[in-house]
Amino acid sequence: MKVRLWGTRGSVASPGPDTARYGGNTSCVEVGGADGTLLVLDAGTGIRPLGRVLGTTVRRIHILLTHFHMDHVQGLGFFAPLYDSNVETHLWGPGSATLNLRARLMRYLSPPLFPVHLRDLPRLVLHDLPTGEFDIGEFRVRSDRVCHPGFTVGYRITARDATLTYLSDHEPALGVPRFPLAADWTSGHALAHDATLLVHDAHYSLAEYAQHVGWGHSALEHAIAFAELARARHLVTFHHDPAHDDDTIDRLTAAATASLPPGLRVTAGAEGAVFEL
Amino acid sequence: MSQHPIEVILTRQLASTLAMPVFLVDTAGTLVFYNEPAEAMLGMRFEETGEMPAAEWSTLWSPFEHDGTPLAPERLPLMIAVAERRPVHGDFWIRRTDGARRHIEATAFPLTRVTDEVLGAVVIFWEAAS
Repeated sequence: MKVRLWGTRGSVASPGPDTARYGGNTSCVEVGGADGTLLVLDAGTGIRPLGRVLGTTVRRIHILLTHFHMDHVQGLGFFAPLYDSNVETHLWGPGSATLNLRARLMRYLSPPLFPVHLRDLPRLVLHDLPTGEFDIGEFRVRSDRVCHPGFTVGYRITARDATLTYLSDHEPALGVPRFPLAADWTSGHALAHDATLLVHDAHYSLAEYAQHVGWGHSALEHAIAFAELARARHLVTFHHDPAHDDDTIDRLTAAATASLPPGLRVTAGAEGAVFEL
Repeated sequence: MSQHPIEVILTRQLASTLAMPVFLVDTAGTLVFYNEPAEAMLGMRFEETGEMPAAEWSTLWSPFEHDGTPLAPERLPLMIAVAERRPVHGDFWIRRTDGARRHIEATAFPLTRVTDEVLGAVVIFWEAAS
């Protein structure tokens, strides 16, 4: 599978010269299969430029949402293929205790927040996330709830021998004085174990995390400890704090990766980065 | 790879921060965690007991009724909460492993996730006033 990052920023888009290298668009990751299956993880502002470059040969797209915070859905209404009657778009996402996917989505995709109604989109198919595993094209997809405010899921996507785990918004260290606990008591572990590529929340520095416990995000050091626990091979840090410019991300990454456990590689997620698994 | 459901993990994390005794079981009634205040009440650390099947923990502290009649495991509030998917309140006595008796009041409730699946149950308990 081929993985491309279209938006790596957390919380709010932060374009500008100081964030040009890691990017200012919010969460969006493209996952392409050898058989042509196209998955899009989250619909932050990064989905807009993705929509512009998709060729006319694409006829079916699967968008998998982790949750409905604005930085994960704000780009959806600006995703050009949604308005193309030649393209069938399947949207997968979690319901809540009282609302299904459609009801949750309509809270954003309807006036006054957005001028277009869901019903006006020509070929949009909604799927409330099933429990357990399901198949999309060549991909075996598993979703599971993870520690983040509201109903939020992460994804484990497997094709052949490669596994991508996407935990864009994740605070597994919440309430854990000495993180991590054992694997079976760690949020997200079932999705991330032995992943070839782990895309994981690394919003804060450790000092910043101490001021934001319970906000649903991880310190970079937590992401590394989680990746080690999960025996992931390659950690790509994600959901960068909009207050962190490129130099800050470089500095924090260099400090946190000075002594990595054997077998773990860490890369700061940058808009435009491509990973072949 | 085994991992507890996120709702159970979060319940354990919450229990770890509370000053009142909390005891957590999974859907089979297996003890999966109790917190430090519960350790003080029960006289055993969770690290000593670890996870325990229902048949084991429900007799470890020898629960009994006011008249001394042993309380059957299936009549403990926690086990009723799991089996009948409803909140339960009750009081009974336990005998700690050091022989001390404690009169316990307990409120148990099932942990139900959004798919209506019961994941286990939680009991909060404290020493009765009597």
